[in-house]
Amino acid sequence: MANRTIEVDYLARVEGEGALFVKIENDVLRDVKLRIFEPPRFFEAFLRGRKFTEAPDITARICGICPIAYLHGAAQAMEDACRVTIPRHIRELRRLVYCGEWIESHVLHAYMLHLPDFLGYPDAITMAKDHPEAVQRALRMKKIGNDLMVLFGGREIHPINIKVGGFYSLPSKAEVRARIDDLRWGLDASLETVRFVAGLEFPDFEQDYEFVALRHPNEYPFNEGRLVSSKGIDVPISQYDDVLVEEHVAHSTSLHTRVVGRDTCHVGPLARYSLNFGHLSPLAKEAARDAGLGETCSNPFRSIVVRAVETVFAFEEALRIVDHYEDGMPPSIEVAPRAGTGYGCTEAPRGICYHRYTIDDRGTIQDAKIVSPTAVNQPQIEKDLWDYVEPNVQRGDDELRAVCELAIRNYDPCISCSCHFLDLTVERS
Amino acid sequence: MVGADREPPAHAPLVVGVGNAFRRDDGVGPRVVQRLRELDARGELRLVEASGEGASLMATWRGERSVVIVDAARSHAAAGTVHRFDAAEVRLPSDFFHYSSHAFGVAEAIELARALGELPERLVVWAVEGGSFGAGRDLTPPVESAVDDVARRILAELPADLLPPGEA
Repeated sequence: MANRTIEVDYLARVEGEGALFVKIENDVLRDVKLRIFEPPRFFEAFLRGRKFTEAPDITARICGICPIAYLHGAAQAMEDACRVTIPRHIRELRRLVYCGEWIESHVLHAYMLHLPDFLGYPDAITMAKDHPEAVQRALRMKKIGNDLMVLFGGREIHPINIKVGGFYSLPSKAEVRARIDDLRWGLDASLETVRFVAGLEFPDFEQDYEFVALRHPNEYPFNEGRLVSSKGIDVPISQYDDVLVEEHVAHSTSLHTRVVGRDTCHVGPLARYSLNFGHLSPLAKEAARDAGLGETCSNPFRSIVVRAVETVFAFEEALRIVDHYEDGMPPSIEVAPRAGTGYGCTEAPRGICYHRYTIDDRGTIQDAKIVSPTAVNQPQIEKDLWDYVEPNVQRGDDELRAVCELAIRNYDPCISCSCHFLDLTVERS
Repeated sequence: MVGADREPPAHAPLVVGVGNAFRRDDGVGPRVVQRLRELDARGELRLVEASGEGASLMATWRGERSVVIVDAARSHAAAGTVHRFDAAEVRLPSDFFHYSSHAFGVAEAIELARALGELPERLVVWAVEGGSFGAGRDLTPPVESAVDDVARRILAELPADLLPPGEA
């Protein structure tokens, strides 16, 4: 047991290309690296010189699983730069289509990517043979999320109906109300999901996280709020760059985020939940309590339960908005370019997704900054791995490897979103 | 996904053209469906287009007896190469379609359906090797010239499909 390295050369069930490296010398943990070798993507560079109205559709290509986060973040930032406020109904419909994305993303991750770890299967296909009901439930729930994306986004992958100022077109009331039965079924299925995942066994592991999420005066956050943290951050999103900084590290094409003057931070379901429990619906709160969750949750392995609770919330929120939908609402407002800098930040399924653009008076983009939630979480993932492995170095390699992979998937990392770093160095030992 | 636009016999095969028509050769599935619409004068097929997202795809073929899927492939073969898989006989290589490493595309949907016992009795996948997946509505010449061939081969397999249930 003197010198050991545990390597996972190609992480499965995460989006994008990454690897894990753990080095143990004489039963002392020496190194943990989540290596990201997804190619750099240069989105911020090639946005410069493009029209402000193009940013939503261009940045949506950053991610195939959470394009709404990029569509909304970019649209919101441009509306901020141009000093326009979107009407209430457009804001509501943005929340609705975001419900679709949360549902399809959370269900995919919880059931297809994360659950096999807990139940001891190599993948969802193998798991399906023994747990067909759970997988069929997941497929139908995900499809309902997809359908909301299609209805308001035009298609389920890389939607094309969202723009600066609103939507290109809106569906009829009849089309929207036709979703109600499915959404009601989905709400029941999401409650069943909470009960199902609450019965899993979780490693006993809690971290003293600095949770970072949006906070809104009276909503569970999707699309708007102040940037707050469990250790004292409370700023408008225009001050994002004052509190969170990105740095290059050699072993990753993703930038690593740190809190100014402090350390790593944690974004995503656990952070949202722990900072905004009070804004969950009564039903979601009850489901959380029944699942054994407190008002905060610092055990990352329980993120699967929190995702399930957030899925309950997303179905309820979708039903609330669908209930109020009327024909004849204007799909968008005109947005005239105006020189300035605008900020956008929404809660993607994996956590806050930040956009900042500077445009000139003709609407040409001069500067862009986009931070994906996985870029923020990456150093935190490494810290979790370090803190979990260190007291457990005596355990066998296979067991450590399995738990490390599970610990990474706790964050549902979207590696391809997080990459935009130029100098690629892969360490080898 | 776009719904079927005609009413062929209830047991008529369902042809699903998978792909994005705005990403050059990725649009070969929808293009073959378009070609079949022209060739299938008697309306013997049900024709739909789909993005390839797994859950939606599985919902599309649920309860179907005979399904044909046409998709673009990226397996390092020459552009325009046509592959045919009978899903009843072979597992699909999961990296073949290169949908996304979040891993829920055509191949995964087929294997998940197999595990759940939801695979249609007959499921044939036609995969056309793409040359370019860049922006644009035109296929590259080798892929364009494979469209008619694939459409005709799908039609040529029709008689077996159109037998009433139980006689296939």
